[in-house]
Amino acid sequence: MKSLRLFLSQNLGLLLAIAMFAVLYAFYVSQYPNWGMNVVLQNGNETLALILVGMAQTMAVIVGGLDLSVGPLMTLTNCFGSIVMAGTGGSVVLGIIACMALGTACGFMNGCIIVYGRIQPIIATLATGAIFLGLALLLRPSPGGSIDGDFAWAFTNDINELGYTYGWWEDLGFFGKIPLQPIYLILIVLLVWVPFKRSVTGRGAYAIGSNAHAAYMSGVRIDRSKIAAFTLAGFFAGCAGIYLTMQMGSGNADAPQAAEYTLRSIATVVIGGTSLYGGTGGVIGTIFGALVLRSISFIFRVVPESAPLGFVASPLLQPFFEGLILLVAVSLGAARVFRVKNRLSLFS
Amino acid sequence: MSLRIDKPILIGLVFIVIILAAGTSYTIATQGTATFISPNYLMQQLHFGAFLGMTAAGMMMVILLGHIDLSVPWTLTTSAMVASAIGGMEGNVAGLLVGLTVGLVNGIGVAVLRVPSMIFTLGVNTVLLGCMVMLTGGHAPQSAATDLMLFLGRDRTFEIPHSVVVWALLSACLVYVLNRTPLGRYMYAIGNQEAAAYLSGVRTRLVIIASFMMCSLCAAIAGLSLAGYSARAFQAMGDQYLLPSIAAVVLGGTNILGGSGRYSGTVVGVILIVLLQSMLSIMQMDEAYRQIIYGAVIILMLLIYSRGRKAAA
Repeated sequence: MKSLRLFLSQNLGLLLAIAMFAVLYAFYVSQYPNWGMNVVLQNGNETLALILVGMAQTMAVIVGGLDLSVGPLMTLTNCFGSIVMAGTGGSVVLGIIACMALGTACGFMNGCIIVYGRIQPIIATLATGAIFLGLALLLRPSPGGSIDGDFAWAFTNDINELGYTYGWWEDLGFFGKIPLQPIYLILIVLLVWVPFKRSVTGRGAYAIGSNAHAAYMSGVRIDRSKIAAFTLAGFFAGCAGIYLTMQMGSGNADAPQAAEYTLRSIATVVIGGTSLYGGTGGVIGTIFGALVLRSISFIFRVVPESAPLGFVASPLLQPFFEGLILLVAVSLGAARVFRVKNRLSLFS
Repeated sequence: MSLRIDKPILIGLVFIVIILAAGTSYTIATQGTATFISPNYLMQQLHFGAFLGMTAAGMMMVILLGHIDLSVPWTLTTSAMVASAIGGMEGNVAGLLVGLTVGLVNGIGVAVLRVPSMIFTLGVNTVLLGCMVMLTGGHAPQSAATDLMLFLGRDRTFEIPHSVVVWALLSACLVYVLNRTPLGRYMYAIGNQEAAAYLSGVRTRLVIIASFMMCSLCAAIAGLSLAGYSARAFQAMGDQYLLPSIAAVVLGGTNILGGSGRYSGTVVGVILIVLLQSMLSIMQMDEAYRQIIYGAVIILMLLIYSRGRKAAA
């Protein structure tokens, strides 16, 4: 009983995000005329890039910083990917590896500037974000490039389509209807995030976020953990860029899009229960945070205009409600402010 | 009033001289004239740079507290659009009231509800964006600048743009607040350690709310005069002011975590960014190289600042 309560209190943010997503998505499903796996696929397609960018942002937030370059880095990998992933067969695989390497290298650069240059993360990544966007523009002055259509189709679809396209397997029944996006996500979480979180470096990252001074005194290798966190952020942002490339089949150095992704990534982190003050949370919460954010916009699409609350479906009102929901969601945390007996405990 | 010059300000001034020299030698080499340092051209740059100056001045008020205001772009846009939609003198008053209201909401969210400013102001920004989409959806409201906006943003007297005068007046007010009033002292104190300020009897919530209101008011004034400059208010007119205003404040030596920084530094930062942007555009540099150089200069300057400073673990 006690351990259950401890688990609940430690993962309250994550559980809230999951509950919020369950409610919102259930409502969406109930409103959707003929909902099925193909709708899940479409939803997954629209959400994966945001999830990955949110995961990148989570890494920076855990160590108590903020990465304003995640959106531009995604755009840079997207433009780079539209060039190196353009071939067929093995060269595409090489291209994907090159993109991951680029993302990781840029993240590593961010980490080094922040740690060795002793610049605050938010301002350092503001500057490197401009550089990434410039490089993206250099690679793709105008939107373009086309990667292999079959490849793009097969790898952003479900298991069946992947098999059909390359003749690897035939209809696999229900199992074959599972979209690939959740599989990518599970792979990334299991192969990258879980090992990192359990490593000494990963624990160090959490320690820095909750109290850098104490972490330093306890012998945590601050430099290494911080650089690792930002490097991983770069890797995740690179993955987002790769997915965007496969999804659109081309590269586009779209500055407004990059800025939007950066800002939304902060929202996904917060909804996912990771404190902006650092030291808590994780990418699992962020995944659900992004799902919550996207579910809201999905719902706006399916609510019929004639319904009692149909006026909220007007596309003109959509940005307003998105903002309002974000504000309400973050203000819910204010409940604790009115419960505390000693206001001093608020100034952490 | 001491004329102490901090290291960041000094470095900023050196960079300004370097940019002026580079721009001038470029124009001498290509056109044979020193266009870049002609008073006319510089006045033109100041005319346009004043809008960034006002925004950055407001931004500094919240950064000093260790907070940040991401709602500045749409506060600027909303006040200009509301003002021009209503029109006349009432419009101008409404525009300023929009600024004060947004600041009040931000301040309450940050000071009373204790939501991190980063995320609260982000939400407010989206809500404002949504409001403006609603305002312009279905019908096109009036968007022409009012007479006052034109007077503030476009007109000149004796070759001096009014926007520069507004910026100077605004700066004088803020310098007075920061250096000569208890409010200013409290702002620095809260930026250094909020708990200590609270224990010393400072009404920290009111100070935070006041700072956010100053920030939004500055954004509103910048919005009104910017609308005057371009003769009309339009959506997303403020988007390009967010990041440069933060950069200007930080390049001026204000600590992004709050607690220290001089107003003169912010002015230097603004001039630096405006001149850098205009030098890159006079060289007809591609947007790509502009972004890269812009980012590289910011990093380079910050690296120089932090050199020799001991790590505060």
